[in-house]
Amino acid sequence: MAEAKSFAEVAEMVSSFPRLLVAACAGCTAICGVGGVRQAEELAAALRIHFRIRGVALETEVAGVTRQCEPEFIEELAAAVGRTGAVLSLGCGVGVQFLADRFPQVPVFPALNTRFVGGLAAPGTWEERCRLCGDCILHLTGGICIRARCAKGILNGPCGGSQDSRCEVGDDVPCAWSLVWERLSALGRFELLAQIRRPRNWANGNGGPRSSGGASG
Amino acid sequence: MNAASNFARLLRDGQFVVTAEVGPPKGAAADQLLEKAAYLKGYVDAVNITDCQTAVVRLSSIAAAVHLRSAGLEPVVQMTGRDRNRIAIQSDLLGAWSLGIRNLLCLTGDHQRFGNHPEARGVFDLDSIQMVAMVRRMGEPGEFLCGEPIRGERPRFFVGAVENPFAGSLEMRVLRLEKKIAAGAEFIQTQCVFDLERFRRFMVLVRGRGLHRRCRILAGVTPLKSVRMARFMRDQVAGITIPDEILARLESAADLAAAGVSLCVEQIRELREIEGVAGVHIMAIAWEKIVPEIVKRAGLYPRPALPV
Amino acid sequence: MNPNPRIIAFCCCNCAYAAADLAGSLRVAYDPEITIVAIPCTGAVEPAVVLSAFEEGADGVFVAGCLDGECRYKSGNLRARERVQTLRAALEHIGLEAERLEMYQVSAAMAARFGEIAGEFAARIRGLPPSPVRQRGKSGVSGVDRG
Repeated sequence: MAEAKSFAEVAEMVSSFPRLLVAACAGCTAICGVGGVRQAEELAAALRIHFRIRGVALETEVAGVTRQCEPEFIEELAAAVGRTGAVLSLGCGVGVQFLADRFPQVPVFPALNTRFVGGLAAPGTWEERCRLCGDCILHLTGGICIRARCAKGILNGPCGGSQDSRCEVGDDVPCAWSLVWERLSALGRFELLAQIRRPRNWANGNGGPRSSGGASG
Repeated sequence: MNAASNFARLLRDGQFVVTAEVGPPKGAAADQLLEKAAYLKGYVDAVNITDCQTAVVRLSSIAAAVHLRSAGLEPVVQMTGRDRNRIAIQSDLLGAWSLGIRNLLCLTGDHQRFGNHPEARGVFDLDSIQMVAMVRRMGEPGEFLCGEPIRGERPRFFVGAVENPFAGSLEMRVLRLEKKIAAGAEFIQTQCVFDLERFRRFMVLVRGRGLHRRCRILAGVTPLKSVRMARFMRDQVAGITIPDEILARLESAADLAAAGVSLCVEQIRELREIEGVAGVHIMAIAWEKIVPEIVKRAGLYPRPALPV
Repeated sequence: MNPNPRIIAFCCCNCAYAAADLAGSLRVAYDPEITIVAIPCTGAVEPAVVLSAFEEGADGVFVAGCLDGECRYKSGNLRARERVQTLRAALEHIGLEAERLEMYQVSAAMAARFGEIAGEFAARIRGLPPSPVRQRGKSGVSGVDRG
């Protein structure tokens, strides 16, 4: 899930570039309503008006990309990049980086802050559900990820700050371990509640960016 | 049971123990700390020193403990998982043992959001249960968490943890207590007890599982100074519940401080009567000077002499 | 400050446009500076369209739809109201006054009310300087500038 950066921040980023390619992404950021072609057109218009008021002529092109995280799709932008000379990406952090890798000769700017991996808890509301730890223990916690949903990410919860099934960080945050307790009790899996979980292996992801298979293994 | 700690010895001998708590200063000198300790000397069997409680930076618990020890008190170092990873914790513990520290209380730690550095990273490499297990293992069989043997002297801390019978369902808290004991906790200090009724129910479940025999349970108490303080604790501090009758009693009291102290003394008397309660932990932060009066009025003075 | 404002009004066919039409029949006078654009439902008004109106030099834009509960498409008017709210905030960041954009709600029979709305809004826009977008000449976007 990603969120739009403040308009002021984006305007500041692009301020010295008279021709801008605003690149949308039809993947995750479009799904959460911040990165699709529609939003790209709105942002482009807003920037044009903003700079025009300041006496600066800004030209924009808007292009949609199926997914900015795939080189095959961003290749289609090559001509537009050539015409404009600066790119404002409405993709997630991955998309921005892939664009920058492919077009190293032009500046590539992030229009969004990529925040978390999650799903729709209610219409219009996304909630974080996964921390991409690479060591899934959802089978031990009744399908509730305590790494993502417990504020301290502890493996033997709840902590002493849990009150009325709310997390100590805020009344609007459920205590993930209370949820686990309820879920496992309902499933009758008491043996899982009694187990003591050993300290986590953080080495996965601690040594720089991870990759899957292929030449770099 | 652990022989290196006087505190441990008293509990093993079946004494009803009294412990208290001090918070270190926000500065780099120990004089304030030693002043508070001076009130407690002779009235308590051991003194806990908090570890950046509520994520506010204070003089470290281990350093404070060394100061208190040189002043003739028996310290209990508190250590949270919020600020240190397993490497730092094991390292700090080797150091603490070498400086004469023998008692350790393991906590997960208040979230950093509450403190004066909310932008700090919360480490939480270990939770309290994992920490208890790790520390016991350092003592026996004498290994680091990675399995490597500790060279030379091994730290055999008297290890404790905290339990809060007032947060969440009683069954869940008892199960968590059992896990802490299974991990190796030798003593437990509970969060302040105001709701005696609920605490009694908790102890029924505890005794039912024989937990009081495997581990020494100390009940926490706090003398309330004012209605405002009571309300603050009930509403702002995680894990504390105060029944309305107690608030009402304070509200109608002419001398609030005196009422708070009397209440505390009564609570201690009642807690002593509950089977399985091995002692009381008096948390009178910023009011340490009241502890002697409480201890005396509760009939717990003089304290047994510490072995030389 | 601006005696001849250019105002665009996006009016839904079912209510607001009908009200404007009725105002016409009843000879209720309303501001001639307002250009009405008929749309099937205010829910169809995209932020990009409103922004393009401002980019083309409009001094003020209002969106007029049905009263709560009367939208033929159930909630188009409610969505429009939220979009207008968000856009008003965005206008401030962009550099235009939020008051240049407004949302009104009328029923088809409210001819007099439509006249009032039109008068109110036009008076508000007259009190503001002409849109700074108009003043600053063209940007790279093509479009007829009647400035």
